Amino acid sequence: MCLAIPGRIVTIDGVDPMLRSGKVDFAGIQKRVNLSYVPEARVGDYVLVHVGFAISTVDESEAAQVFEYLKAMGDLTEIEEPPS
Amino acid sequence: MSTNETGFGCPLPIGRHSRVLLAHGGGGQLTSQLLEQLFIPAFRNDALAERHDGARLSMGGATVAFSTDSFVVRPLFFAGGDIGTLAVNGTVNDLAMCGARPQYLSCGFIIEEGLALEVLERVVDSMRLAAAAAVVALVTGDTKVVDRGKGDGLYINTAGIGLIEHGLVVAPSSVRAGDLIILSGDIGRHGMAVMAAREGLEFESAIESDCAPVAAPVLDLLDAGVEVHCLRDLTRGGLASALVEIAEASRLQLAIDETAVAVRDDVRGACEILGFDPMYVANEGRFIALVPETDADIAMRVLARHEVSRAAVLIGRVGAAPEGLVTLRSRIGATRVVDRLSGEQLPRIC
Amino acid sequence: MKFIDEYRDGDAAAGFARALARITTRPWTLMEVCGGQTHAIVKFGVDELLPKGVTLVHGPGCPVCVTPLELIEKALIIASRPEVTFCSFGDMLRVPGLSTDLLSVKAAGADVRIVYSPLDAVELARTLPDREVVFFAVGFETTAPANAMAVFQAARHQLANFSMLVSHVLVPPAMEALLSAEGSRVQGFLAAGHVCTVMGFTEYEPLAAKYKVPIVVTGFEPLDILQGVYMCVKQLEGGRAEVENQYARAVRRQGNVPAQQLVRQMFEVVPRKWRGVGEIPASGLGLRAEYRRFDAEVRFDLENTHADEPPECLSGLIMQGRMKPHECPAFGTSCTPEHPLGATMVSSEGACAAYYRYRRVRVDTVSTGN
Repeated sequence: MCLAIPGRIVTIDGVDPMLRSGKVDFAGIQKRVNLSYVPEARVGDYVLVHVGFAISTVDESEAAQVFEYLKAMGDLTEIEEPPS
Repeated sequence: MSTNETGFGCPLPIGRHSRVLLAHGGGGQLTSQLLEQLFIPAFRNDALAERHDGARLSMGGATVAFSTDSFVVRPLFFAGGDIGTLAVNGTVNDLAMCGARPQYLSCGFIIEEGLALEVLERVVDSMRLAAAAAVVALVTGDTKVVDRGKGDGLYINTAGIGLIEHGLVVAPSSVRAGDLIILSGDIGRHGMAVMAAREGLEFESAIESDCAPVAAPVLDLLDAGVEVHCLRDLTRGGLASALVEIAEASRLQLAIDETAVAVRDDVRGACEILGFDPMYVANEGRFIALVPETDADIAMRVLARHEVSRAAVLIGRVGAAPEGLVTLRSRIGATRVVDRLSGEQLPRIC
Repeated sequence: MKFIDEYRDGDAAAGFARALARITTRPWTLMEVCGGQTHAIVKFGVDELLPKGVTLVHGPGCPVCVTPLELIEKALIIASRPEVTFCSFGDMLRVPGLSTDLLSVKAAGADVRIVYSPLDAVELARTLPDREVVFFAVGFETTAPANAMAVFQAARHQLANFSMLVSHVLVPPAMEALLSAEGSRVQGFLAAGHVCTVMGFTEYEPLAAKYKVPIVVTGFEPLDILQGVYMCVKQLEGGRAEVENQYARAVRRQGNVPAQQLVRQMFEVVPRKWRGVGEIPASGLGLRAEYRRFDAEVRFDLENTHADEPPECLSGLIMQGRMKPHECPAFGTSCTPEHPLGATMVSSEGACAAYYRYRRVRVDTVSTGN
């Protein structure tokens, strides 16, 4: 349910979509991961891995939104706070 | 809360277990229970009461340190070492943690019938090299062979003696509020290197065990006149367990800053995949030193001179209260208590 | 580590904390559903950064904790059989049954093995044809695709010696049970990010509308949780009750379609008993008839074995968010990780274990050294 870790796809093997697997790199560690559920993923993409399966690709543009959201709140503050 | 028939709510003399579990050897809560409830009461004496890595003893005018350690690692060979290197360095380091110069080791082999002689030869050769590097002599030993199926290949016990050539009592009882806590390097390598070699949890990695003797930097600290209050090497149970043991034995508070503790990227990757906390992962070539604040600078300079402690860092400070607790200031600025683990860390999905 | 470390940044965390304090005008009670989120909250101390009025209660988001006693008993029976090689995720090994647990059974000589992936169990079945290999298939929707693939591959390889003991549970029915219960004080939810990675979040839209609660799909790092809380409180302050997606880097509205397809192929929705909560209709997954030969309950003739939950453990109330771990009289006294009364104390994801391991102490006057 919970523990899914992002890693970068290094190699992809297997033509059969149900046996599609590859090596995923996690900060220098590599593990063989089943890629059947991310047919759109390519070498170099980041995927979330749970119990040896990639369950999703990581969307890099969305990844940044947490910080853009924060920055946007910061900008609002500047307007809202009374001048000190 | 009422007790129920199964006895969960009723504390038995040694936990609720009638059989020994793997966790009893894990260095965490259950090991501590076994020590406190069985071994220490049975053999009651001052040296044991110190609860340190080795015993500090007076013999014929000299002060010696005496320690023992057993090695049951599986697999026998892993990146960065083998059971032989562990067997020598483990006891050498326990002696060093008493502030002693390790000198002589004994070695007992328990060999499973059927072990390839070539394997034994490799292990013994590793021990020869490790002993030379640690400047110790293996002077006595014993060999036993057990029936096939009863020994995991090979178990080794080593015991060692060393001379304490200074007047300091290097033990938890010497720790004082205001002392600084130094960690000799990055953590988690050994445990994850062994994990990487274990069947069923394989991953390709370049993580090597950090197994190494640490007597040289320790003796250097003492020679330099650093008033070393306490030392502890980080073995099973990791950095967290070592800190908790010292906090409890000294009845002081150890406050640690999480951002100061270094973990190599690949060790972190391996920990994240399996859901392990690096603070609890075994090391075999790392120690913590508790020194007065005034000696911290010299201590850091001395440690930097040795390869094995080149990356030493200050990770925290000793306080007076809350007594016996280790607190950690997290990356995001909140503070929590660090406790012993209640069993072995197991790979998790959640 | 990329996509992890950035979300543990202290300054950004403080920024979210300040923003949250600015918008909070009333007390709010939110529930985070996933045990992994509970773990992160307590480990990093995220709740320390929340304004006084915002309370996080912990939900039944630990599949290990909610596995009914009956199923643990079945696992123990199967694992004790001499011909069985019993494979499980590490989480399940310490969960107490009526009188023992898998770890103790292993100590007594049973062949119990920890595996990282269900496919490891399938591989064991292939390489050990003389053993009956049984895999303990526990989990929420996040793990279902992996377990589905295990059955798929076992069928493909025509393995006669592989079976699964299935204890899959579904989140939305559990949330509905919580929301419709008397005395529910939960006003907003942080939905489980990895469950939604697989399932998407369309299932939560009717819940949000019917019970008028905001539901924010949230990730697992401190910044994710802080942003999730912020988005939830912002909705509550503004009188809105919608489903929003904080964890957009991993979660899409429709979820992972190929994964859902294979799960539907191998499994069907069934009623399930939740430890500490009781039976919830249509809240679990079971193997479909055509794959029933891989069902360990059938193979070992345990379908009619039953066991009742002991009444003493209050983990049910904790999992429903009606009590906090430290409010339970047994917490830390008769119930500790060494002798747990319930699974929430044993599982690394259990709320009680998280509180016990990472419990906080007043450290106001003591210097933290750096």
